[in-house]
Amino acid sequence: MLTVFLVTGVLIATTILLALYRAALGPGVFNRTVAVNVIGTKTVVLLVLIGYYFERPLFFDLSLLYALLNFIGTLIFAKYLERGEIWSS
Amino acid sequence: MVELISIIDAIVTLFLALGLFFMFTGAIGLLRFPDFYTRLHATGKCDTLGEVLIIAGLLIYHLFVYSPGAELSVKLVPVKLLFLIAFIFLTNPTGTHALMKAAYTTGVKPWKLGEKRQ
Repeated sequence: MLTVFLVTGVLIATTILLALYRAALGPGVFNRTVAVNVIGTKTVVLLVLIGYYFERPLFFDLSLLYALLNFIGTLIFAKYLERGEIWSS
Repeated sequence: MVELISIIDAIVTLFLALGLFFMFTGAIGLLRFPDFYTRLHATGKCDTLGEVLIIAGLLIYHLFVYSPGAELSVKLVPVKLLFLIAFIFLTNPTGTHALMKAAYTTGVKPWKLGEKRQ
């Protein structure tokens, strides 16, 4: 079963590489933001797989934290692109 | 007991393969679609479903294979995985919607047939 987890992790890393192409070369700031968001959500799953492969339950807490931080970052960056400021006073 | 374990392994492998299929579909859509909105359309749905499928497969693996005979902190891991599924189902469409609204307000034009691919 560990082999299946290893193959799945490597294939997820391949999809991260595919998204990294769009993050590096995509025209405009919006394409890059979408690609970075996609890479972040794929990294959450990759962290859970690493936690099972190396048998370290600590990685599940890390993946929870990373999911929340990735969501907050994307949301704040979208608001900043929309309004030109983060705090509307 | 050994037969049950092998059946569980087959189910988990099926879940992981389905999730990988959806994640690859989303990544190819992110690469190949002509426009910002269509790329968001591809990744917003495919990635959510693929990640939730992979985490659900790992949840089944944990409940039937990994968890029995472990200590309490390992037995509580399925709760974390359920929280992770709930967070992904909530946050991924919300982020997609916020980005789409920001792009539409800022004035990104949708792609029409016959125009140059962006």
